[in-house]
Amino acid sequence: MRLERRTQTPLALALTAPLVAVAIALALSGVLIAIAGANPLQAYYEMLKGAFGSRLSISETLTRTTPLVLTGLAAAVAFRSRLWNIGGEGQFYVGALCAAWLGHSIAAVLPPVLAIPVMMIAGMIAGALLLLGPVILRIRFGVDEVVTTLLLNFIVLLFVSMMIEGPLKDPLAFGWPQSVAVSNDVMLPKLLSRSRLHIGLLIAIAAAIIIYVVQSRTVFGVKSRAAGLNAAAASFAGISLGSTLLVVACISGALAGLAGAIEVTGLKGYVTLDLSPGYGYSGIVVAMLAGLNPLGVVATALFVAIVFVGADSMSRAMGVPSFIADVIVSISLLTMLVCLLFTTYRVRR
Amino acid sequence: MTRPPVLELSGITKRFGDLVANDDISLSLNQGELLALLGENGAGKTTLMNILFGHYTADSGEVRAFGDVLPPGKPSAAIEAGIGMVHQHFTLAGNLSVLDNVMIGTEGLGLFTSARRPARRKLTELAERFGLQVDPEAMISDLSVGERQRVEILKALYRDARVLILDEPTAVLTRIEADKLFETLRTMTETGLSLIFISHKLHEVMAASSRVVILRGGKVVAERNTADTDRAELAELMVGRRVVRPRRQDQRAGDTVFSARNVSVTQGERTLLDDVSFEVRSGEILGIIGVSGNGQATLGKLTCGLAEATQGDLTFDGRTAKGFTPHDLVESAAGRIPEDRNTEGAIGEMAVWENSVLERISEPRFNRRGFVNRKACRDYSAELIRRFDIRGATPDTGTRLLSGGNMQKMILGRNLASTPKFIVANQPTRGLDEGAIAAVHTELLAAREAGAAILLISEDLDEVNALSDRIQAIVKGRLSAPVAASEADSRRIGLMMAGIWEGEDAA
Amino acid sequence: MMEALDIFTTASLWGAVLRIATPLIFGTLGALICERSGVLNLGIEGIMTLGAMVAWMTVYQGGDLWTGLAVAAFCGGMFGLLHAFLTVPLGLSQHVTGLGITLFASSLTYFVYRLSLPVSSSPPTIEPFQPLAIPGLSDIPFLGEALFSQTAPTYLAILAAAVTAWVLAKTPLGLAVRMTGENPHAVEAQGLNPIRIRIGAIVVGSALMAVGGAFLTTATFNSFFPTMVQGRGWVCIALVVFASWQPGKALLGALLFALFDAYQLRLQHVVEGGVPYQLFLMVPYVLSIVALIVMSRRARVPNALMAPYRRGER
Repeated sequence: MRLERRTQTPLALALTAPLVAVAIALALSGVLIAIAGANPLQAYYEMLKGAFGSRLSISETLTRTTPLVLTGLAAAVAFRSRLWNIGGEGQFYVGALCAAWLGHSIAAVLPPVLAIPVMMIAGMIAGALLLLGPVILRIRFGVDEVVTTLLLNFIVLLFVSMMIEGPLKDPLAFGWPQSVAVSNDVMLPKLLSRSRLHIGLLIAIAAAIIIYVVQSRTVFGVKSRAAGLNAAAASFAGISLGSTLLVVACISGALAGLAGAIEVTGLKGYVTLDLSPGYGYSGIVVAMLAGLNPLGVVATALFVAIVFVGADSMSRAMGVPSFIADVIVSISLLTMLVCLLFTTYRVRR
Repeated sequence: MTRPPVLELSGITKRFGDLVANDDISLSLNQGELLALLGENGAGKTTLMNILFGHYTADSGEVRAFGDVLPPGKPSAAIEAGIGMVHQHFTLAGNLSVLDNVMIGTEGLGLFTSARRPARRKLTELAERFGLQVDPEAMISDLSVGERQRVEILKALYRDARVLILDEPTAVLTRIEADKLFETLRTMTETGLSLIFISHKLHEVMAASSRVVILRGGKVVAERNTADTDRAELAELMVGRRVVRPRRQDQRAGDTVFSARNVSVTQGERTLLDDVSFEVRSGEILGIIGVSGNGQATLGKLTCGLAEATQGDLTFDGRTAKGFTPHDLVESAAGRIPEDRNTEGAIGEMAVWENSVLERISEPRFNRRGFVNRKACRDYSAELIRRFDIRGATPDTGTRLLSGGNMQKMILGRNLASTPKFIVANQPTRGLDEGAIAAVHTELLAAREAGAAILLISEDLDEVNALSDRIQAIVKGRLSAPVAASEADSRRIGLMMAGIWEGEDAA
Repeated sequence: MMEALDIFTTASLWGAVLRIATPLIFGTLGALICERSGVLNLGIEGIMTLGAMVAWMTVYQGGDLWTGLAVAAFCGGMFGLLHAFLTVPLGLSQHVTGLGITLFASSLTYFVYRLSLPVSSSPPTIEPFQPLAIPGLSDIPFLGEALFSQTAPTYLAILAAAVTAWVLAKTPLGLAVRMTGENPHAVEAQGLNPIRIRIGAIVVGSALMAVGGAFLTTATFNSFFPTMVQGRGWVCIALVVFASWQPGKALLGALLFALFDAYQLRLQHVVEGGVPYQLFLMVPYVLSIVALIVMSRRARVPNALMAPYRRGER
């Protein structure tokens, strides 16, 4: 038995692959749910109910989708050019920290119309700068960016911890380690009254559309795709791999940083060490499930958000540990990889 | 001879997707025979031998060695049965020693230590017996190509091979080395070994083999005793139709367009190009002949803008071209045909139109304020497809689906369409069949007629002879002085390729 | 400043070095074995987490400590098998698959952990490995306390480094693994199956990683809590590069790294005022990055690392 490359991928196969992958993942996770003593079908029903059952739950799910779209885009953009940015988590936090600090300090100086873009851009710059380090190390010294971006996640968390216990500590937080708060008048406007849903969702969707257009329609998009597919041929054709990679890194890091900035200014208002339940890492899954397609990212981010929000309420209702959400998402990643393989290869005797 | 054949293939068929690589092939090898398997590139020779050795599994048919059927898909079974294979792309690990490479797979994996001393003794003995001297403790990466081939042969002999298959064994050797190899192979047949060698070179088939099996389009088309045939017949059998390669017409060369003066390229402590000088004039082809691995890759990179000269000067059109990037070269009207079309020339996963414009995508005609002008790109690509007869392609075809010849035509097309002043063609016909070779040669000669200065880097002596106005040999990173085509007979070129030119005057 | 130097003369520092180094030695050896066969295993972080939990759980449920390590090794091997199946015969991206394995192994770990102990404010502890004083040697002043009063798994780790070094350098199996990492086609052409060799190497390597994780719960912290591995797996991946893929240097690298770690822990108590403790905690991660920068160009990478091998495809 061996694998043989398909000459062409049937469209139907490409479209069903993610669905099949998710179905297999849900079936496998169902076994675990059964082991936990619950009926898997009922559990999945509870999850759907938890994610869509009410106005509140829908708004919660969409709120949760927002950062996932952005970290998913961050991973998708980087992976397409074979830049293994696993540092989304760290970039998320520096973006968040930057936005919180500015949101606290410039609100008095700038009107909200200006302050909000400034916070967003600052968060993006912070995220991009954080990724530039590992990328420059890769270009200059050949250091694998996977390990450096991963290690940076830990360093950044310690740095955030240092900041929110030190210079950026909120003096009014009764000694809790939490950062100074974004002042209320520069928080992102709500999208839906009486909910936590904010316009960050629109920003994220707009980002996905922009990235899609850049990738498919612009000269830079063609160049960066070429660099990712075949570095030797791209550089033969006169595409500078180094500068392409730097630009891709800036975009990727900026998207993850923006995710952090939006989470702070749209939702939480301040930074704590549990601001992100692993959005950076989930972003990788979101990107892979979408086959690195920026528009697909919106859909798969919604899926991952459903799983997480749904699992919380399912867990309360049925006593299955909510970690089942992480299990479902991580198995989906693995099954998606296999399904993607079979869109480009087929099995032969 | 009444003894049964040592090796018998019957009814072998192998498909890759829609391509039938081997179509019901049967052949047999007798004891002590030196059988040549002759065929063009893409005729299915290597696939057949890979099936025989168990790298691939045939869709149907069977292989018998010494009367017993070999289980398919198991190289270990083939080795056990006494079959050894010398691959065209050597299967050696560069960072390990000769002895390591020979010993791998010969000892039980559960042993606590490796019996290296007796192994070394056996290897040295074999090397002496067959005249294949090589230092057992040397690192493979420190060996020359010829020495590596010796290691490959020794690997098989060490496993007590009685049948040896050599895939294009002379591809990387000089004429002199090749003659020596065939001498070694003949002594092997005298000691009872039976050999198959795969080749597409008529002269060596005529000189060395006792019998020839000719493959074309995946089928056995004929079988001849070498004594009963001649080159002309073999050529026709191999190609199946009369393909005439075009020949250069005399033409007066113009001014120098591209030149290198005393250029060296070093990488760390290694000198890849050593003090080379050449000049290419408008309307002429300068052929750089040499055996693979003598610095052609670096020369190609240098002239394509991918390597920088550590010393010396390059000029293009009267200006210095030192430090030119690929982009600079394309801008100043240079055409570049890379050595390996699959890894450098084209991106298989992209569409034909994208590959057609990749080098020029920033030019205003394809670039509207950062956005790709897709219509212009597709039109341009369609024009190339039409002008250069790229078969089986539309602008939106996946480039991976093109045959080697058509992919090469696309690469030629995107370079020639804008009438370049200077063209680097590095191994432009490697791996192509005769029809495609003739097409590429025709295009290159047309460009020459149009006044382009062409640097042709090739390992194929016939190609260099047919196309070049002047010839220089490349050996160990050094270039000989140029010789006019009229003065280049095969003896002189043979000597040049072996590095013997010192003390001669420039022609 | 003298106090900062005095730390080096305390036997407890050197004892701590070996203790801190042990999980890193196991993890680095595991990653090294995988990579020598040509496969990067980024599942390490999750496999270590899994090993930590499984060993602890086994002991907590009444198994003995060695059974705990064995169960951890087995489970690690199974996740290794999964990684191997996806990356070797299927040839999927080793980067993404490895991360997927890490996410899967750690989420499954937390799920099982939460399932077995639904409500608990502080995780229950187990009776850990006790220091194994080597008769005679452990009585030597200073050295005895520093080097010869460790727990059994620590000695096992050093032994494992020696065995790995021997097997890779001296045995036919080691040659087969090394050559698979250099050029799988060469292995195939000589009648061995590079796919099986890679799978075997990944399974063994992953089992070692899990034992490294298990050391954390059975000898260091005596209990399990989520996120306890704290990036040690990623540090191991960096150490493999630092060690230039040599088991001996891997042992040395792990010890050196542990020395810095043990030292910064003690330095925190000596340095007075103003310096946030987080800066000290960053040291291991920063050091790993520095090690990568220093060694990346110099290290001899296995030639076929991360190149999937598909039969009949070049």
